[in-house]
Amino acid sequence: MFTNAGTSSFTQFLSKVAPELLPGRRPLPPGLAADIAPHATTIVAIVSEAGVVMAGDRRATMGNLIASRDIEKVHPADAYSLIGIAGTAGIGMELMRLFQVELEHYEKIEGAVLSLDGKANRLASMIRGNLGAAMQGLAVIPLFAGFDLAATDPARAGRIFSFDVTGGPYEETGYDAIGSGSLFARAALKKRFRPGLSTPDAVRLAVEALYDAADDDTATGGPDLSRKIYPVVMTATAEGTHRLTESETAAVAEAVVAGRMENPGG
Amino acid sequence: MAMQFYASPEQIMRDRSELARKGIARGRSAVVLSYEGGVLFVAENLSSALHKVSEIYDRIGFAAVGRYNEFENLRRAGVRMADLNGLSYDRRDVTGRALANAYAQTLGAIFTEQSKPFEVEICVAEVGATPEADEIYRLTYDGSVNDEPGCMAMGGQADAIAGALRANHRGDMSLADAVKLALSALSSVGGEGGAARTIAANQLEVAILDRRRKGRTFRRITGAALTALLDGEAAAKAEEATARDETPKTPEPGPRKPTASAASADLEDKDPGPAGA
Repeated sequence: MFTNAGTSSFTQFLSKVAPELLPGRRPLPPGLAADIAPHATTIVAIVSEAGVVMAGDRRATMGNLIASRDIEKVHPADAYSLIGIAGTAGIGMELMRLFQVELEHYEKIEGAVLSLDGKANRLASMIRGNLGAAMQGLAVIPLFAGFDLAATDPARAGRIFSFDVTGGPYEETGYDAIGSGSLFARAALKKRFRPGLSTPDAVRLAVEALYDAADDDTATGGPDLSRKIYPVVMTATAEGTHRLTESETAAVAEAVVAGRMENPGG
Repeated sequence: MAMQFYASPEQIMRDRSELARKGIARGRSAVVLSYEGGVLFVAENLSSALHKVSEIYDRIGFAAVGRYNEFENLRRAGVRMADLNGLSYDRRDVTGRALANAYAQTLGAIFTEQSKPFEVEICVAEVGATPEADEIYRLTYDGSVNDEPGCMAMGGQADAIAGALRANHRGDMSLADAVKLALSALSSVGGEGGAARTIAANQLEVAILDRRRKGRTFRRITGAALTALLDGEAAAKAEEATARDETPKTPEPGPRKPTASAASADLEDKDPGPAGA
């Protein structure tokens, strides 16, 4: 089964040899299943002059309960792109892992990296595969952003793609947010985003937007200073993807919280 | 009814072996050896697009000689198997030994069941924490596996090349010394009347599994970095360049590894300092 000529796509390979490993291929009993699994919440992405910044809060909820305080929802998809997951946590994590392997697999089989649009289209078809489960309440929505190595203008190299349960991708200009707190995060970004932000400014803005989301959405967690749990912040630039260290995000989060002590509205 | 000629199983196997052996000996050679900083692959290859050496997984590399379509098929199978196991279990659970076993099964089955055996010889190498811990496996057309500690040569006049390689190989060689040794071994045969010859840099395919990297350790050495290594003058500089921005880190197995994500550890790096590709 491994030696068939086949394709360069790992998910297509799986659909032949191990379809049970694909989230969309599992039979689900009828009925709404939204309440049985934790939900991951808000992710924001912002284009900066050097690429993109993506940040996610750390909360997962199950109905009115907090299922996890320190879930990590923003991860590198490959060396130059990032993926954040909102929606049903288990399926989201699985899709994200699958997407990471998908990109690496293609790279190894073909000896070349997929274009950023190719990656986004691939992710869209994987999300579409989960449509049945989404209609039963187990929806997963990713946010995908990356540094486009093929971009002619370095200022336009950072790109963001959003999706819906039926697929996508939809390219966003400047910034986007997904998840339960996205309304508030997007509203905050709408007022504060300026093209050509430096990376530190974009990081600060992302954490501010998450704070605003947590302020008005119970399912989004703000910076937890007492437990030292801060948002996950990653960047994708010409140098590749990079996750800000705990101390760096702590400094930004503390500065944001201190600012809100003076002015709660930001 | 047509009469079937009788051929003894022994004769059939001998014929198949001969076919495979001849096919492999016609091709150009490849060598694999461990050095202080990792595992080095050097193959004589006129094409810069069709690779004889490639990446399978984080710490596992693949080299092959013989018919391209046949070993390319095996390489893809290896990548698929490694990625499937890495996704189902964990990245640490993908090992060179398991892969060598799977290849042995596949090659063995093809040799006995199909009318034409694969005319290939392949090498699966896994880089360890020290040169002694490196694993280098040779797999031949009939599915037999050999563990080759330190170094191996295959294809063309493999025996002569392996002899030249083994006489001078040490586990603690630098990358520049290892590349030079590999080149001198490869060029020790094939000249006029069995004499040595010269091989230009653009006829070589060179790659390493870098012992000091976390995550995906496979790197190709091409262009200026390769010429610098071969010239020897800027060797130290080139070695630095292949190690790139990374300060040497000893690989760290175990608890710090993320389990939520299937990305390789170099991407998921949570340590302070430069991360990324």
